Amino acid sequence: MRASRGHEANRWIGLAPSLLWLGVVLLLPLGFIIAVSFAERGLHGGVQWRFGLENYRRALDPLYFPVYARSFLMAAVTTALCLLIGYPVAYAIALRVNPRWKQALLVLSILPFWTSFLLRTYAWMFLLRAEGFVNTMLLTLGVIERPISWLLYSDFAVVVGQVYGELPFAILPLYVALERVDVRVIEAAMDLGANRRQVFWRVVVPLTRPGIITALVLVFIPSLGAFITPDLLGGAKSAMLGTVIQNQFVQRNPPMGSALSVLLILAVLALLVMAWRAAGVKARQ
Amino acid sequence: MATAISAIRVEGVTKRYGAVTALEAVSLEVERGEFLTLLGPSGSGKTTLLRVIAGLERPDEGRVYLGGADVTDLPPYRRRVHTVFQQYVLFPHLNVYKNIAFGLEQKRLPRREIERRVAAALELVRLSGYERRWPHELSGGEQQRVALARALVLEPEALLLDEPLAALDLQLRKEMQRELKRLQREVGISFLMVTHDQEEALALSDRIAVIAEGRLQQIGTPREVYENPETAFVATFLGAANVFEAEVMARENGDALLALCGRTVRVSLNGRRLEGSRAQVAVRPEKIALRARPLRKTDLVQLEGVIEERLYLGDATHWRVRVGDQSVLVTAPNRPGSRAEAFRDGQRVFLCWARESIVVLSQ
Repeated sequence: MRASRGHEANRWIGLAPSLLWLGVVLLLPLGFIIAVSFAERGLHGGVQWRFGLENYRRALDPLYFPVYARSFLMAAVTTALCLLIGYPVAYAIALRVNPRWKQALLVLSILPFWTSFLLRTYAWMFLLRAEGFVNTMLLTLGVIERPISWLLYSDFAVVVGQVYGELPFAILPLYVALERVDVRVIEAAMDLGANRRQVFWRVVVPLTRPGIITALVLVFIPSLGAFITPDLLGGAKSAMLGTVIQNQFVQRNPPMGSALSVLLILAVLALLVMAWRAAGVKARQ
Repeated sequence: MATAISAIRVEGVTKRYGAVTALEAVSLEVERGEFLTLLGPSGSGKTTLLRVIAGLERPDEGRVYLGGADVTDLPPYRRRVHTVFQQYVLFPHLNVYKNIAFGLEQKRLPRREIERRVAAALELVRLSGYERRWPHELSGGEQQRVALARALVLEPEALLLDEPLAALDLQLRKEMQRELKRLQREVGISFLMVTHDQEEALALSDRIAVIAEGRLQQIGTPREVYENPETAFVATFLGAANVFEAEVMARENGDALLALCGRTVRVSLNGRRLEGSRAQVAVRPEKIALRARPLRKTDLVQLEGVIEERLYLGDATHWRVRVGDQSVLVTAPNRPGSRAEAFRDGQRVFLCWARESIVVLSQ
């Protein structure tokens, strides 16, 4: 009895560092944000600890709905494009290229992470702006007569920046899933009369479902709350959830920013549960 | 030749992988409803030939015909042959019903029709009631049956089987051998099976094609190939054989006079050509009798030797007998009253066999 209790205590001691880390880095700030979200804005930007639901009422005001809708739509477009581009890339690396090149190609696909995302977003600004690389090239080649104005500070630019930034998060889980697909199963499907398209949709895609769902989650969730790309690459009118939250804090309204953050977290949690369920059905295999 | 159209016809198929030649000018025909086995050691090219017929490999030279039509340039999904793979390779994300229905669904058949044919296929392989099971819940033998049903349900021109029983344990393998034979009789479809197990080949096949180093060595009924092997390789790979060197003394009327271990023996050439003054002959070990004393006035070939080793194998006894500089294998079933016990190591014995048991091999 005593021995088992001692064992129990040891287990908790072993877990202590991670629990501490979890508490300090995750739970404490989260609790703080939840608390602040129910407080009131102070006169000079501080927090008045009078609790109420005012922030949430404002957050659910139809005024904000277009922002939510836009954020959702942009995240959806980003996710769709990442899958559309990432799947063929991962497929090629996993099943088509010479095994000798696999490692190199994978490293290449995550190479951009070696510089900060902020810097890389600035690089996109240089590429896309009116007198930037893309416009200069197209002008020189005579494809266009005037610089294209919607390349930068537009939804187009935001999607480009987001897809660029999130693509590795799609490629890696897809690669892992595709790598595990048994080539003999593909051969068996072809042998049983499935052409390449049917093999893809009826064998490869179902077998890589866990990878697809992971990619969806890993791309969609950060895209929903993104603020660097919309802030730097987006137009003046294109407010998104991330930028709105950031603005609340910049404009000295932490309670409102916190309430919006809590709502975002709840939305993400709901999506995660859905994804988990969708993946869980076939997880036994 | 105006014979019936064969299910599979392979003409001069050559397949190379870089410097390695996997198949060298192989020609082969599988008749409708025939059970033909490709027998060969691993690396002999037999699986490659199966993959060429299935369309999973392109031959460098030669043509493949199915039911008389040239399919050499068709992809696997346009060929009416289906394969039972060595490790079965069921679809892990589909249950048994969906696995079997897979090919039918590609053809967009009506649902009723698919249900009916899947049920019939399951009954054929005796797995009715397994529709909702998952592949990972099945035993090796059951997976094997699903793989068979999945291919047979499409009513192929021929069924290709790549070492279908190799992954099963001995007991189950024997059972599935009978099962395969029964299935093949029942559906009447040509079976082309790859195996390295000679006993399996003998038991199941209408004809056996022995393949080695990418070349077809001999093709014929199990009896023909066993009783009259063409080369030393076939003689020793299919069953055991004693191969003797002999000197050709004379030739006449399809017979040859050979000097064999110091005796002169007249043997039938069986239509085989014999060039030069040397010949190789084979004698199966079970056709040799051991005697303690020599027979006098006999037509039998008789050699004197010394027993080197005796192996008791339960149903049979194997002896190694030293004759001159050669070690000869002799086998005999253990029957009541047989003299298996009578011969001891080191004992002087006489080996005798009938002239008809001597097979002249081609060089």
